[in-house]
Amino acid sequence: MGLDVLIVEDEPAILTSLEFILRRAGWSTGSATDGETALKAVRSDRPRALVLDVMLPKKGGFEVLKELRADSATQDLPILILTAKGQKQDVRTAAELGATSFVSKPYANSEVVDAVRALLAGDGNIGSVAT
Amino acid sequence: MISGNLIIATAVAYVVLLFGLAWFSDQRARKGRDRFLTSPLIYTLAISVYCTSWTFYGAVGSAARNGLEFLTIYFGPTLVFVFWWFGLRKLVHIGHAQRITSVADLISSRFGKSSRLAVLVTLIAVIGTTPYIALQLKAVTSSLRVMSGETGPGALPESLDDVSLAFIIAAAMALFTVMFGTRNVNANEQHHGVVAAIAFEAVVKLAALLAVGLFVVFGLGGGLESTFARANSAGIVLYGEGAFSNRWIALTILSAAAIICLPRQFQITVVENADESHLHTASWAFPLYLLLMSLFTMPIAIMGLSLLPASADPDMFVLTLPLLHDQSALALFAFIGGFSSATSMIIIASIALSIMVSNHIIMPIALRAPGLLDRGDGSGFTRLLLTSRRVSIASILFLGFAYFWLTSGSGALAPIGLISFAGVAQFLPAIIAALYWRDATRQGALAGLVAGFIIWAYTLFLPSFATSSFGVAELVAFGPWGIEILRPQALLGLNGLDPLVHSVFWSLTVNTVLLVGVSIFTENDPVGRLQATLFVDAFKHGSAGQPRYARSSAALNDLFRVAQRVLGAERTEQLFEEHAPRSAANSPAEPTPQFIAMLEKELAGSIGAASAHVMLSQVVSGDTESIEEVIRMADETQQILEYSAKLEHTTEELQSTAGQLRLANEQLRQLDQQKDEFLSQVSHEVRTPMTSIRSFSEILLTHKKLPPEQRQQFLQTIHSESLRLTSLLNEILDLSALERGEKLWSNEPVDVHQALKRAVDVCGPITEQNGLEVRLGDLKGPVWVKANADRVCQVFINLISNAAKYNDAADPFIQIDMKLRDGDLVVDFGDNGPGIAAKDRGTIFEKFSRGRHKQQSSQTGSGLGLAISREILANMNGSLELVSGRSTGACFRVVLPLADAPANLQPEPAQ
Repeated sequence: MGLDVLIVEDEPAILTSLEFILRRAGWSTGSATDGETALKAVRSDRPRALVLDVMLPKKGGFEVLKELRADSATQDLPILILTAKGQKQDVRTAAELGATSFVSKPYANSEVVDAVRALLAGDGNIGSVAT
Repeated sequence: MISGNLIIATAVAYVVLLFGLAWFSDQRARKGRDRFLTSPLIYTLAISVYCTSWTFYGAVGSAARNGLEFLTIYFGPTLVFVFWWFGLRKLVHIGHAQRITSVADLISSRFGKSSRLAVLVTLIAVIGTTPYIALQLKAVTSSLRVMSGETGPGALPESLDDVSLAFIIAAAMALFTVMFGTRNVNANEQHHGVVAAIAFEAVVKLAALLAVGLFVVFGLGGGLESTFARANSAGIVLYGEGAFSNRWIALTILSAAAIICLPRQFQITVVENADESHLHTASWAFPLYLLLMSLFTMPIAIMGLSLLPASADPDMFVLTLPLLHDQSALALFAFIGGFSSATSMIIIASIALSIMVSNHIIMPIALRAPGLLDRGDGSGFTRLLLTSRRVSIASILFLGFAYFWLTSGSGALAPIGLISFAGVAQFLPAIIAALYWRDATRQGALAGLVAGFIIWAYTLFLPSFATSSFGVAELVAFGPWGIEILRPQALLGLNGLDPLVHSVFWSLTVNTVLLVGVSIFTENDPVGRLQATLFVDAFKHGSAGQPRYARSSAALNDLFRVAQRVLGAERTEQLFEEHAPRSAANSPAEPTPQFIAMLEKELAGSIGAASAHVMLSQVVSGDTESIEEVIRMADETQQILEYSAKLEHTTEELQSTAGQLRLANEQLRQLDQQKDEFLSQVSHEVRTPMTSIRSFSEILLTHKKLPPEQRQQFLQTIHSESLRLTSLLNEILDLSALERGEKLWSNEPVDVHQALKRAVDVCGPITEQNGLEVRLGDLKGPVWVKANADRVCQVFINLISNAAKYNDAADPFIQIDMKLRDGDLVVDFGDNGPGIAAKDRGTIFEKFSRGRHKQQSSQTGSGLGLAISREILANMNGSLELVSGRSTGACFRVVLPLADAPANLQPEPAQ
C-alpha cells in the first residue's frame, strides 16, 4: 500500500527518466516492463496510480487497461496512458477503455508530473496538454 | 315504235351522263370531300349490280315460263346477306387486311400465294363470265330491236343483223368501259367514280322497273288482285315443275354462290368496300332492293301473257307492254333501265376480270420479260398495267360477243345467266375452305377447281353450243364416241335430272370431294400455313385483349426454324425436346398455346418481348409476311445477336481490364496504407528515442546539481538515443532504396568465409556482452558466391547480433553451418534461444516487426534489420528465410548463388 505510482514502460531509458522525475516530485514508484508483470504488480503492490505505456511486450497497454477496468478491485484505479503514436484513434480507445488521462510522447516532464498529481488528487480526467 | 336514232341518242346521252357522274364523283372523292360517295347507301346500291338485264328482262321471262322459280335467284343472295353477313364481313375484313384485288387473288393468296391457282381462277372467271356478258349483249340487242320495231320508219337498217348489232354494242361497251374503268390505276383498285355511276344506274333500273310495274298493274291490270286473277287464264304455272324441287334448291344454291363468287360481286362487295360496317346496312338494304326489283315481275309476266300475242318474247314484256299501249316515254325509260342493268354488269364484270387478267396473267409474264419495265420512274409499269387492262376489257367483251355469235344469240336469258352462275359457283368450295378450314391445301383447291371447272364446261357450258353446232348436239345426245355414260347431261347414267341440276350436282360434288380429299392427303407449305392462319383467324389476328394464340396453328417445324435462328440449334433442340407437345403416338403434335407462349418467353429472353411476339405471331397467328420473310428476320436477329456477342466480348475485355485496374488500384491503396502504417511506425520509432532525449535533457536542464555519475549516465543515454535515431533514419533510407530496386552495388565473387569472419569480428563486443558463443561449421576453404562483400557482411552481422540480443538461454550459442546445394550456398544461423513464436513467423521479416521484444539490451534494434537483410539478399538473387533448425531456437537460412572463383583467386579486400 506504500506505492504511489506504478510505471509500466518497456524502454529502459524512458523508464529511468520517468522514475527520476516522479521520485523527484515526491512519489514512490514501482516499475514493470511488460503487460503481464504490470498486472501482477498492480495486484501485489496496490499502487495509487498507474502510468501505462501502450506498446508493451507480452500484453499491450490497452489490454492491461481493459483487464484492470474489468476487475472491481482496480476499476477505479487512476491510469495515465502514455503513447508514442499520439494518434486520435489511440486517445479515443484509451477514453473508451476507461483511461483517466493521456499523455503523448515525446512529452515535457512537467506534463507527466502534473498528470500524475491530478491522478493522485483524484480529479484526473481524460485529456492532456498536447505538446 | 320509237325511232332507232332517238333510242340510240338517248342511250348515248345516258352514257355521257353516267360518264360525267363518274368523273364528277372521282373529282370529289379525290379531294376527299364527299362522305356520301363512300356511304353505306352507295355501297348497297352498287351491290345491286347483281341485278342485270337478266333480272330486268329475263326474270319476267322466267316467271312466264317457270312460275315462281325466278324468286330463287333473289332468294339465294337474300339468304347470304341476312344469314351469312358475318361470313361476308370476314371476307371483306380479309380483303382489306390482305389487300385482295379479286376473287382470284383471294383464292391464290389463301392457298400459299399460288400463281397457278390465280391463273386457273382467272381463266374460270373469264370463261364463266363470258355467257353472262353475251347475255347482256343479247338483252341490249333484243331491246333495241323491240324498241325500234321490226319494220317501219324508225326501224334499224335491215342490213344490220343481230350479230352485227351485238358487235357494235360490244365495241361501244368496250370503249365505254375502257374510258370508265381504266382512266387511272388506283393502288387499291377502288373506283369511286364507277361505283357512283353504278349506284345511279341501280336507282334508274329500279325506278324504271317499278314504273313499268305500276303501269302494268294499275294501268292495265286494274289493281293487284285483278292482275293475279288473270294468272290462271294466262297459263302461268306458279310453281313450275313443282316448288322446292331439285331445281329450286340448285338455283338457290347457285344464286347464293353467285353473290359471293361472281367476279363483279366480289369486286363491289369486297374490293370496292370502304368500310366493313357498311355490310350492316347492306345486309337488310340489299335484300330490300331485291324485293322491290322482284315485286312486279310476276304481274308483268301475267299481264304480258294475257295481253300480248303468244309469239311475243316474254323476256321483253317489260318493253312490249308499254309499247303496246303507246307509252313511248315509259318504254324508253324501261329501255334505259334495262340498258342500265346491262351496262353496269358489263362495266364492273369487265373491270374485275381485267384486273384479274392483268394482275395474274399479263403482269407475271411482263415481270419476267427483261427490259419491259426498265423505265426507272415506274411509268412503264403504269402504262403496261393500263394497256393490259384495256386490252383485257376489249378481249373479254369480244369473248362475250363471240359466245353470243356462236350460240346464235338464241335461247332465253335466264338459262344463259345460270350457266355463268354454275361456272363461278366452282369457286365456292375453295372460298368457304379459305375462310374456315385451316387444313385446306393448295393442291386440294387446285384439284377441286380443275375438276369442277372441267365438269361444268363439259356438262353445261359445252351443251349450250348444241343449238348452233351439230357436233355438240350429237355429243350431248349420245356421248363422246357414243359412250352413253359420258353424255354431258347424264353423266354415269344419271338420267332424268334437269341439265342445270345435273351439272351443279356433279361439278360441286366432285369439286368439294377433291378439295377435301386432296387436302387431307397433302400438307400446306409454310407460306400456305401462314396464309391459312391469316384467313381462318382473320378476326383473331391482331385483336388486342384476346388471349394470344388462342388456337395454335403453326407447325412445330416452323416454330423450330424460327426459334433456331434466335436461340441456336442446341438450345432449341433441348427446348423442343423438353416441352414440345406430343400426341399419343409420341409423334410431334400441334403446338399448344402454352408451348408457344413458353417459346415466346424463351425468345424474349434473347431478343426482347416485343420482337419475340412479332416474330412468333408471324408464324403462329401471323402477318402477311412469308415464312421466308420471318426467317430472314430471324437471320437478322441472329446477326444482331452475334454482334451483341462481340460487344459482350469487348465488354468482358473492358471488364477484365477494369478488374485489373481495380486490382492495381487496390494494390496501390494497400501500398498507400502500408506507407501510412510505415510512417506511423516510423513516427513511433522516432518518438521513443526522442522521448528519452527530451526527458533527460529537461532533467539535466532543471536539476543543475545532479551527482556527476548520474549526470554522466543521462548524457550517455541522450547520446546513444541520438545515435539510435540516426541509425534508424539511415536504415529507413537504406530499406527505401532497396525496396525501390535501386542498384546500390554490383555483385561479384565474394568469399563467404571471409565475410563471415569479418561479421563475427564486428559482433565480438555484443556477443561477448551477452555471453553468446559463436560456433562455426566445418566447411573449409574459400566458398565463392556472387554478392557484395560489405552487404553480405551486413546480413551476417544482423543475424548474429539478433541472436546475441534475443537469446536469453542460460548457455546461449549460435551455430553457423554452411553447405552447398544445387549451385547455391546455404548458410544456416541456428540458436538455442526461445525461437520465434508461431504467431510471429509470418511477419518476422516485415518492417518494425520484432518477434520477441528486446528487454534489457540498450542496443535496441530499429525493427528493420531482417527486412533490410532480406532485401539485400534478394538483390543478390539469394534469399533469407526462417527454417526449423535442429535445436529449439530460431534458425535463419541464407541462400546465395555460388560463383566461380575470380581469376587471381584473391579474396575480397577487407574494409
